[in-house]
Amino acid sequence: MLEPTTSATTAPETRADSQPVEMLLNMGPQHPSTHGVFRMVLWVDGEKIVDVEPHIGYLHRGSEKLCEGEQYHQIVTLFDRMDYIGNFNNELAYCMAVEKLIGLEVPERAQYIRVILCELNRIASHLLYVGTMGLDAGAMTPVMFSFRGRERVQALFEAVSGARLMHNYFRIGGLKEDVPDNFRELVADLMLLLRADVEQSDRILTFNEIFLSRLKDVSPINADEAIALGLTGPLLRACGYEYDVRKAQPYSIYDRFDFEVPVGLDGDCWDRHWVRVQEMYQSLRIVEQAMAQLPDGPVASTLGRRLIRPPAGEAYVRAENPRGEIGVYLVSDGTDKPYRLKVRPPSFCNLSALRRLLVDTWLADSVVVLGSLDIVLGEVDR
Amino acid sequence: MNFLIDLGWSALGLAVMFAVLSLVVLSMVWLERKALGRLQLRYGPTRTGPFGLLQPIADAVKLILKEDIVPNDSEKAIFWIAPVIVVVSAFIIWVTIPGGDDVFIKNLPLGLFYIIAFAVIGILGLVLAGWGSANKYGIMGGLRSAAQLISYEIPVVLVAAAVAILAQSLDMREIVAAQSSYPYLVVLPLGLVIFFIAGLAEVGRTPFDIYHAESEVVGGPFVEYSGAHWSVFFLAEYINTFAIAALTALLFLGGWGGPALPDVVWFLFKTYAVVLVVFWVRGTFPRLRIDQLMAFAWKVMVPLSFYTVIIAAVYRFYALPWWSLTLMSLAGLAVAGWIIYRRMTAPARRVVQIQERLAAQRNAAASSRT
Repeated sequence: MLEPTTSATTAPETRADSQPVEMLLNMGPQHPSTHGVFRMVLWVDGEKIVDVEPHIGYLHRGSEKLCEGEQYHQIVTLFDRMDYIGNFNNELAYCMAVEKLIGLEVPERAQYIRVILCELNRIASHLLYVGTMGLDAGAMTPVMFSFRGRERVQALFEAVSGARLMHNYFRIGGLKEDVPDNFRELVADLMLLLRADVEQSDRILTFNEIFLSRLKDVSPINADEAIALGLTGPLLRACGYEYDVRKAQPYSIYDRFDFEVPVGLDGDCWDRHWVRVQEMYQSLRIVEQAMAQLPDGPVASTLGRRLIRPPAGEAYVRAENPRGEIGVYLVSDGTDKPYRLKVRPPSFCNLSALRRLLVDTWLADSVVVLGSLDIVLGEVDR
Repeated sequence: MNFLIDLGWSALGLAVMFAVLSLVVLSMVWLERKALGRLQLRYGPTRTGPFGLLQPIADAVKLILKEDIVPNDSEKAIFWIAPVIVVVSAFIIWVTIPGGDDVFIKNLPLGLFYIIAFAVIGILGLVLAGWGSANKYGIMGGLRSAAQLISYEIPVVLVAAAVAILAQSLDMREIVAAQSSYPYLVVLPLGLVIFFIAGLAEVGRTPFDIYHAESEVVGGPFVEYSGAHWSVFFLAEYINTFAIAALTALLFLGGWGGPALPDVVWFLFKTYAVVLVVFWVRGTFPRLRIDQLMAFAWKVMVPLSFYTVIIAAVYRFYALPWWSLTLMSLAGLAVAGWIIYRRMTAPARRVVQIQERLAAQRNAAASSRT
């Protein structure tokens, strides 16, 4: 009989029982529940995850570098394509950065319409999340219910901007054009149906006993650790830390609305889910208030469609996206194209917590945890 | 000579069984897609034939014509034999499942025992399929199926034993005949629930579709199979689902017993009703995790099924009135259901309570400021 050799070269079956027998499992980029082209290399010991190594970049298009070659008004489309679930929120962040650099006042009506569209977009984004979370946990039906609401929101977006996804509607200093004449009726009809849709997709999933047992107490994280990891948005609020850019540093006209920031308790997957669901109700509140206050007037600043040449300088703005805090850092050298544009994408920063959250969970939890991070690969890779 | 005639009749019976079961599978595929569609705000198939009735046939033709890919690294022999094992074990139990008092291929005096014994063989096929396809997801799924199916075999066997104690027979026809006055649903509701849930786990249906979970192990043992091979697994899965539904109908719902209509119609009616419940569950619930599944099997299902056997035996031994068994069974069901419900929803209720308290404090603070 052969003497046992060193552990590294020994076949797993001859190793001592105390040593874990690890298997390297390549999940993605073609896996159905990695939410796009994302790859996780998992080291698993049976069903337990020992280690994980995320691989990103399959969707890298060099958006930030592309921005340096485009004129300011052309960049809006590139922001549409970063977080392709929260398009309006992304457009808003970029437009605010340029407006801050120029020192431009945006007309009241444009501000209100921006907020209405952004909050509706937040609801649409969270509805997508609720549906895919159901799919990740193995429930087929919630996605159909939540997509019904999402389609309704997108129909409104189409009526307003002409596109369901890549809207290209916000402009520096305002909007592309005014909303349709029947905008009030459209939104009023939508609000009735959308509230029912949100409630239904909440009822069908959130307190389902099996869903609870799958998500509750799965990879909890406390607020200190979450802040150290750079988590923002629903992930941070799920830990019980009340931080929302709309409240902490109100931008646009968010200081005029009465809404709450829902926070979780344990920072586990279910709390993240619950916080997102509650946020949808708050967004509905904001939209209702904004519709009641919506003034008449112009929707674009006097800047019009002239070529934009901001003064040399730099600006940083932050905004609350559906996925977390987006930061846009803009450097201008006085020409018609930005010198540098850096985005702090919420998905990318949230994804950095993956290893901390996944180690020592079950293999089946990996898809649930990844789903609860709610990443958009277009934004992670840019 | 008689032997040859017997053989001929058996062959004919088997051929008829294959044909009928294939039709049943086609109807179930259609029914599942329609039922799920209705649950999910959709129509399901509508384009192929009236009400999309020809959709499963179109699917079957497509699957058979598709290229059958065999991975290079796979163990060829095992890769080929695994689907055969699965499908044979699925078909073979139907030899003795009667569809009516005189509708069966071969009635065995130990029919229930035979069914339960042969239904387990399918696990071997799943494990071999996962291992033979040389895919890590396949191995994961195969091992999951082994753990899951063996664990849930125990409650199935024990509840079937409880039914056998009540009927004093393992012969399927006699079990049905014993339910002529009242179906065992009335006296053993707990047994029905256990049998149905464990049956769902046996055939890998939601919420126990863990070994072929699409979002985790992308099909598990079936991940490398395509074309006709894959459709054979598919066929076996649906036949098994139908078998569990049929056994539920036979053991608990009074089998083919019913007024006016012929035996087979009642049998099919009850079986399809159970099948619809299976689809309904699939449209409603998420999937459990493997550790929760095992914990549920050993901590809940096995003790409860022992309880079922014991109350059935006590009832039989002391010749108690039938309603006492109903009460004992319902009491077990209610206690177990209540405990499980409280346990599963406890953490979420805690979160919501604390949130409501915080919101009330916030409102009080806001109103005192104004």
